[in-house]
Amino acid sequence: MLRLILRDLRLVLRQGSDATAALMFFVLCVVLFPFGVGPEPNILTRIAPGVLLIAALLAALLSMERLFQGDFEDGSLELLLLSPLPAEGVAIAKVAAHWLVTGVPLLIVAPLLALLLRMPADQLGLLVGTLALATPLLSLIGAVGAALTLGARRSGVLLPLLVLPLYIPVLIFAAAGLDAGLSGLSPRPHLLLLGGMLCGALVLAPLAIAAALRAAHE
Amino acid sequence: MTSPQLFTGQDLLCLRGGRLVFQDLDFQLAAGGCLTLVGPNGSGKSTLLRLMAGLLKPLRGTIAWGGVALGQDPEAHRARLHYVGHLDAVKASFTCREILAFWAGLRGAGGVDAALAAFAIDTIADVPGRFLSAGQRRRLSLARLAAAPAPLWLLDEPTVGLDRASVALLEGAIARHRAGGGRVVLSTHIDLATPGGEVLDLAAFAPVEDDQDGAEDAA
Repeated sequence: MLRLILRDLRLVLRQGSDATAALMFFVLCVVLFPFGVGPEPNILTRIAPGVLLIAALLAALLSMERLFQGDFEDGSLELLLLSPLPAEGVAIAKVAAHWLVTGVPLLIVAPLLALLLRMPADQLGLLVGTLALATPLLSLIGAVGAALTLGARRSGVLLPLLVLPLYIPVLIFAAAGLDAGLSGLSPRPHLLLLGGMLCGALVLAPLAIAAALRAAHE
Repeated sequence: MTSPQLFTGQDLLCLRGGRLVFQDLDFQLAAGGCLTLVGPNGSGKSTLLRLMAGLLKPLRGTIAWGGVALGQDPEAHRARLHYVGHLDAVKASFTCREILAFWAGLRGAGGVDAALAAFAIDTIADVPGRFLSAGQRRRLSLARLAAAPAPLWLLDEPTVGLDRASVALLEGAIARHRAGGGRVVLSTHIDLATPGGEVLDLAAFAPVEDDQDGAEDAA
């Protein structure tokens, strides 16, 4: 499994464009907001959590379509499913690699962008913590959609329709946690719920992804 | 493990896209054996190989290894097979050696250099996948067979894109594999020398168009 993660990371490093595209999309998306709503600090601070989370969500979705597509088209996925590695292990490895190349850079850039949106500096730790829980969830849920739309002709359109509604709970609790932090309340219950969702998704998503991948090769 | 470890299929029936591909198909393959699937396009050669690999499930009938149905222990079956399909799984940005090392590594084997040499791609071992010709890609795909030992080889038209010399290399690899007790199932449209191997003509198991019409199938 580690071998598959390393291979995917190397593949991304060689090609480069996929991962940087998602990150640049995230940065540009967030930077556009001050231009759109005006540089009023109060408003920016107020909308900062929502903006950052939605931009992160869209960035994750953007790179999701390619998650299994390349391996599916060149036959690698078929061979992976026939390797001694269980299909669930393949799923976890692919998602882990996706999170490492899209989620982690996002965690690093997010605090800088938050300052741009006038988020108080003492909230940055909370922001990174929330994103650290939310981004793996986005990768896991998105991968289920990516596996299900594999082989469909218009998967680029189908995928967001399938996955975005499932992202809503993540958005609600992550935003609520950040809002609570901004208004001086404890973000703990929201983060605990996010953590609970992550634990659930870690167990259930690989099963769903594996089933979808197998079905794609019927 | 029971001693006569037969790889068998019994009474197989397969439906693809609402169409009956073959029915009442039986096969049996002992250690060291070779089964060559022949038949016109669309007669189910690839389908049967995918059934044997466990990628597909038959609508009726069972495929078993040593009496144990594939569905009962899919992990063990995957560990014992190599599948070479129509796609070569060559990544454009990886070199031949990297690609082969990855696939061999997944099976915990490391005979990469020997495998490259076995299919005469050692001279292009450090060439990235995007520069390979169709025949070279196919040879790289076949080199997986030599890199990690597995008792069952499922080869779906392995000779596509290969020149005469490469076909001879493949024949040699198959012969060595069988001499070591390995089994091979392959589909092909050209003459591939498989001494002592059996031939399964899938046309014989094609569904009879009109069941009532007395015209029994051509078997």
